[in-house]
This record gives sequence, structure tokens and C-alpha cells, in this order.
Amino acid sequence: MPTTFIQAINQALSEEMERDPLTFVMGEDVVLSAFGATKGLIDKFGPRRVRNTPIAEAGFVGAAVGAAMAGTRPICEVEFASFFYCAMDQVCNQAAKLRYMSGGQARMPITFRCVYGAMGGAAAQHSETVYAQFLSVPGIKLVVPSNPSDMKGLLKSAIRDDNPVIVFEHGALGGQREEIPAGDHLVPLGQAAVKRAGEHVTVVAIGAMVPRTLRVADKLAKEDVSVEVIDPRTLVPLDEAAILASVEKTNRAVVVDEGHWRGGAAADIAAIIGEKAFDFLDGPVRRVTTLDVPIPFSPPLEKAALANEAKIEAAIRAAVGR
Amino acid sequence: MDLGKDKMLEMYRMMTRIRLFEAQVRDLATANEIPGFVHVSIGEEASATGVCAALRATDRITSTHRGHGHLIAKGGRLDRMMAEIFGKRTGYCKGKGGSMHIVDFSLGILGANGIVGGGIPLATGSALAAVIAQRDEVTACFFGDGASNEGTFHESLNLAAVWKLPVIYVCENNGFGEFTPMRTVTSVTDIAVRAQAYGIPGVIIDGNDVLEVYRCASEAIARTRAGEGPTLIECKTYRWEGHVVGEQAFLGKASYRSETEVAEWRARCPLIRFEKFAAESGKINAAELKQIREETGAELEAAVKFARESPLPDPAEVTEDVYSG
Repeated sequence: MPTTFIQAINQALSEEMERDPLTFVMGEDVVLSAFGATKGLIDKFGPRRVRNTPIAEAGFVGAAVGAAMAGTRPICEVEFASFFYCAMDQVCNQAAKLRYMSGGQARMPITFRCVYGAMGGAAAQHSETVYAQFLSVPGIKLVVPSNPSDMKGLLKSAIRDDNPVIVFEHGALGGQREEIPAGDHLVPLGQAAVKRAGEHVTVVAIGAMVPRTLRVADKLAKEDVSVEVIDPRTLVPLDEAAILASVEKTNRAVVVDEGHWRGGAAADIAAIIGEKAFDFLDGPVRRVTTLDVPIPFSPPLEKAALANEAKIEAAIRAAVGR
Repeated sequence: MDLGKDKMLEMYRMMTRIRLFEAQVRDLATANEIPGFVHVSIGEEASATGVCAALRATDRITSTHRGHGHLIAKGGRLDRMMAEIFGKRTGYCKGKGGSMHIVDFSLGILGANGIVGGGIPLATGSALAAVIAQRDEVTACFFGDGASNEGTFHESLNLAAVWKLPVIYVCENNGFGEFTPMRTVTSVTDIAVRAQAYGIPGVIIDGNDVLEVYRCASEAIARTRAGEGPTLIECKTYRWEGHVVGEQAFLGKASYRSETEVAEWRARCPLIRFEKFAAESGKINAAELKQIREETGAELEAAVKFARESPLPDPAEVTEDVYSG
């Protein structure tokens, strides 16, 4: 039976909580679960292991970090990704650095989950793609699943990981459904997926941009433009080898991300390609991103700001000269 | 509470270790023998000692940028602490943390912390871990008056009160946040009254009286161990030294407190106070205290020797320990 993105999260949480009694869920409205990801966990695992927190991100994110340091395995939900701004010290100064600063003594088995991205009219403080803000903070792993199967497998791996991992779940992917492999389905962190093989251009697409890029690739295939789509799945660690191998084959690269153009994940990946695969490139590495504006509220403005299929298509056409 | 002689001598030894260690660190920093910023806690030995003496080995603490005293009081080794402050390979953190980030998980020391208020949520989470894992462990959270103006203080007290977590919050009110007098930036005279806002007990004590600290902490720990939730203890104390060793370089001739004020607080020295109490009690004689001071002096000398003679880290270690596994 097909499983939705949200159900995949729910299954991963439930399976991992059954597997390890030291795992627990805490965060904003995890008991009733606004989006459904933690729905029903309270009935299975009770109030000791499923905890609604006050809307006080610095306090509860920090408490999750402390709980990880003291030997448990918290799964901490920060409802919307931009709420992380309220807890930046606890994520960037504490969770990310304590292992290193302690000379390797601290173990930080903590998973943060959050909804990111534009889903229609949520405006600037509930639509942002914020993972780039953590890209330059060593010590954190960043996971951006693009489909239900990866969502489940990556989240399960994130929970078992002994490092702080932030899992970014795109709000617009919630209803996406597909068959998920049965059994203990794990997807390792740091392994990209070739979502579509192609010859003419490599498109590295992140998160919710993956299904959109695949649709564009389908369309261009009818004009004999052969697009290879790479989904890195995790930004830290990044599967550089898979990206570079693809670019060495196609000699052209486009990076598609819903984050911003300056200082974003697309900028980072484009720089890696430019630096490490320069000799293989037949043209500049192009970026398709959200404009460098806060995400606007009104639908036509929102649409104009975001990366979309038309912009992806235009960038691919420019890359291959078609 | 009738304290046994051994416990009293143990507390005197801890206060002496802190005092001598901090004075040594100050002198070494002044002589430029150690890198970076160091913050010493001379004059504040009783709060660290009294609280940690009331904890079990399996209990945990979080500390601050002025954390050497807390770490020593929870059992930190002077030699490995000193080596860390020297940036040596043999230090607690292999030279990656330094004075503000010393950690010894095996002793329940979750770390000093360079961010004011940064350790308060961590302590709260450490207490949450005890509830999740169903282990009988209490966490003591040290912080200063300055941190009580941070949002993390308020968010954490609320969370710990709601969940009745096994944690005690120990505010060492030394009157200053860096160079700013606490009274000029804090809406209340006593930090302890802030407990009322979270429906938990708030207690004001003389932070320079180690016996009072011990008694008060013991009660609060027993209470929280019994599942009755946190207590906020405010230890009134004073920082004899500056905010950071060598602060004159920043301040020039400017000063932020009077010599009279410093002299008044020096007269309320926690160690001298204990020595007087010991003499009056008739249970402890001066020779026993002298012996402790001498033994501690020798321990410290060995610690400095260890730190000086230890190797520096290999530059190849720079990329180690960022991630587990």
C-alpha cells in the first residue's frame, strides 16, 4: 500500500522508539500533531516519552541537547524551520561544538525535525529554507529527503546516528505517496541517489526540488535532452563523489534548491563542482534558487520569488544550449 | 544538620584546592604562560564546594565560563584541568576546549560553557534524561546573576517546573556581569524572587558560608530527588578578581567598583570563615587545616609541572572529534 511522506515519518519514529527505550519525542504539539507526523505516538509510548513542550525553542532545544549529553536519544521537533532562529545558540554553540570542544567525550545522539519551505501563503517566517544557515557550522548533519521512502530510511538513520542531525521535511511533500520497502528500511547518511540517468547535463536537486526537476527532465526528454538528476539526500555529509562523477560524464551542471542564491546550499555545491571538476565543465555551473528576498505572502509574489519548473527548465536549456 | 568531621575537612580541602588553583591560573595567565581568556572564581569557593558536596558521584553539573571551581568541586583532577588550560594533549579535552570548555563526563561534569546562560537548558535536559531513563540522578546547574537575564534561564525554569525535573538551579550572584554592576541591568535586587514566576521555591543564602550552602543544597536536592521539582538557590557572593585576567588591558584606568567594596568582601573570605568556625567548633584543629593547605600546595605544584611538561597537540589532530563514528 502506498505510504505518504507524513506516514513515513510516523513509521520511522514509531519503529525507532520501539527499538530503543532511550528514544523519546519532544516538541511543539507532538501529542496531537499538527501535521500528523507524531500522531498516535502518545498512545503507544505514553506521556513520559512523548512530550509537548512550551513554545520556547531555546529552552526545549537546549533541553534536548542536554538530554542527549546525559545518555538518552531525543527526537526534537521544531515545528517550522525558521523557529530554529530562536534556538541558534543551543544548536550552533552547544550541540554542534560540544563533542569537539570536549575532545571527543560528548556523544550527541539527537535528531531535530522541522518543516521547511514554501507551501502557499505561509509568508516569510513560515516558508523559509534554512539549512544553509547550518552548512557552515561543523558538527551538525543535515538531511533533506525528497520522497516518502527516503524520508523513512533517512530519519531512521538519523535517529541511530550519534551526532546532532537536522531533518528538513518540506511542507509541500506531506501528501506525496509511494510504496516503501518493507522491513527495517534504512538509507545511509551521505549517499546521494541518481534519480534519473542522463547524458547531457547534471542537475543536482535538493528536497522538494527533486520531483519538480524530474518533471522537467521528463518534458525535456521528449526533445532528446538527456538530464541526469542527482538527489544528494544529505547536505552534510555530502556525497561529493556522486556529484563529481556525474559532472565528469555530462560536462554541464545546474544546481536546483529552494534556498536563496547567495550563501545557500546551491552556492556551496556549485563552488565544489567549480573547484573540483573545472576541467570537465563546458560552461558555467548554473543555480536555480529562490530570489534573495524574504518569501512573500501574496500568491503571485510568492510564485515570482520561488524556484519553479519554468526556471529549472530555462536553466537546463541554457546549460545545454537548447 | 550535624556534619561529620570528615565531610567538613573534605569541604575545606575542596575550597583550598579551588583557591590555590585559581590563584595559580591567574598568575600563569598574567605571566602569559597560558593562551586565551581565563576567568577565575577567587572569593566564590563556597558555593561550588557546598553544592557539589551535597551531590552524589552519579549526579551531574553544568557550569559557566567561570567554571574551574565547579569542576574541581565535582572531582575534576587539577593536573588534567591545568593541562587543558595550557592547551596540552593531556588536558581533559586534548587541548580543544581550554579554560571555558572543560568537561569530564565520567564525573558527571557536562562542562563549563562560554555562553552566558548556555548551560541552563543543558542542565534541564540532563535532568530530563534522568526521567526518560528512569535513573535516580540529580543535576545541579551553576550560573551567574548575568545569566538570569537570559531567556534560557526563564525558559528552563518554566520547563523544569512544569515537568518537575530533578534539577537545582544555583545562581552565584557576584554582583557583576563582565564589567557592568548587576543592579544597573537587572530588574530585581534578589534573583531568587524570579522563582515565584515559575511556581518554584527561591532561596537566598550567604554564598560565602560553605556550611549554609551545603545545608540548603542538600534540602533542595532531597526535594527534587523526591520528584517535587526544582529550587532556585541564590548564593550572594563576590568576585574578588576581575571579570577576566588581564582586564586592565581593556579597561585602562577605568574602574567599575570601589576598592572599599572589594576590601569588604575580602574580609568575608569563605576559607577564613570556615577556619574560624572550625576553631570554634573544637572538632578540628589548626594543624589539620595547615596539613590540607600543604598537601594541596604540593598537588597543585605537581599539576603545573604535569601541564608544563605535557606535549602540545599534533596539528594533525585538528580534524578529529568533530563527529562521532
